[in-house]
Amino acid sequence: MIFEVFRQERKGQPFQHAGTVTAPDERFAEIYAREQYGRRQESVALWLVPRDAVSEIEEFPDEFEMKYRRVDGYSIKARLREARERAGTLELAPGGEAE
Amino acid sequence: MSDRTDLLLAIADDELFLGWRNSEWTGIAPFLEEDVAFSSIAQNEIGHARALYEVAAAELGTTADELAFDRKPDEYRCAPLVQLRRLEWARTIARHWLYETADEIRLAALKSSSDPEVAGIAAKMDREEAYHRMHAEMWIDRLLSSEEGRRRLEEAVDELWPYALGVLDHDLRPELRRRAEERLGRELPDVEPVSRGVHEAELAQLWEEMTVVRRSAPAGAQW
Repeated sequence: MIFEVFRQERKGQPFQHAGTVTAPDERFAEIYAREQYGRRQESVALWLVPRDAVSEIEEFPDEFEMKYRRVDGYSIKARLREARERAGTLELAPGGEAE
Repeated sequence: MSDRTDLLLAIADDELFLGWRNSEWTGIAPFLEEDVAFSSIAQNEIGHARALYEVAAAELGTTADELAFDRKPDEYRCAPLVQLRRLEWARTIARHWLYETADEIRLAALKSSSDPEVAGIAAKMDREEAYHRMHAEMWIDRLLSSEEGRRRLEEAVDELWPYALGVLDHDLRPELRRRAEERLGRELPDVEPVSRGVHEAELAQLWEEMTVVRRSAPAGAQW
């Protein structure tokens, strides 16, 4: 069986795909995943998912090239600024964006 | 040398030699995941050996490296079980399981030691050995689940049984027998244990390999 392994680097962070392990069953997979993705203290938690249990979607038709739905080059910064001004929270904006 | 240091060195030597023997599978284990896992277990054993050598070294006024590499082959106290070279998977798993089972019994006794340093290090080791036992037990279940697997495991256990008994002191041996027989569902032969103090020919061969770098460099070389 092939298991997809997701690891969490620190508590509260999202689990991210780390790779796979191939193992005869779930018990072997857990031991192998622990050694392969955890022995250097690089993970605080792992998720193991049998590959068969993963639903995959890989078709995203775009027959009419609806470019306006894509976000490329669409700057939201100015809009955010205006919204914050309206709300009176400009100074509270995170990350110094309010300049 | 105190009894305590003698005991620490015996366990450290077991862990060092077993770690070394298990690492002989690195790169050639039956499949990749097992290769990584078994190599990692081998590294753990060497880490345990180092921790134990450090405690012994403090009493003897030496260093962990000197204890690990600068003694003569016949000065090592490791049980003959871990000296054997058995690069055959069923025997490797049988040894791994027999050793971990014996080690669990030994560590349980040490955890209740009146010496807080010994009890503490035994408790720490046991928390890591728990995963080695999980690994060994899962393989035993796997092997017992098929006719060929059971046959190969049984052959290997029969061959190694006198050596496995030799890992433990006399008073702990019945417990090892009880656990092993229960697990395999059959009686194990009444044999003379191959005890600590016996040096198999394989010990000298492994010592040569293990110490070659150390012996080739002048004392005090910095890496």
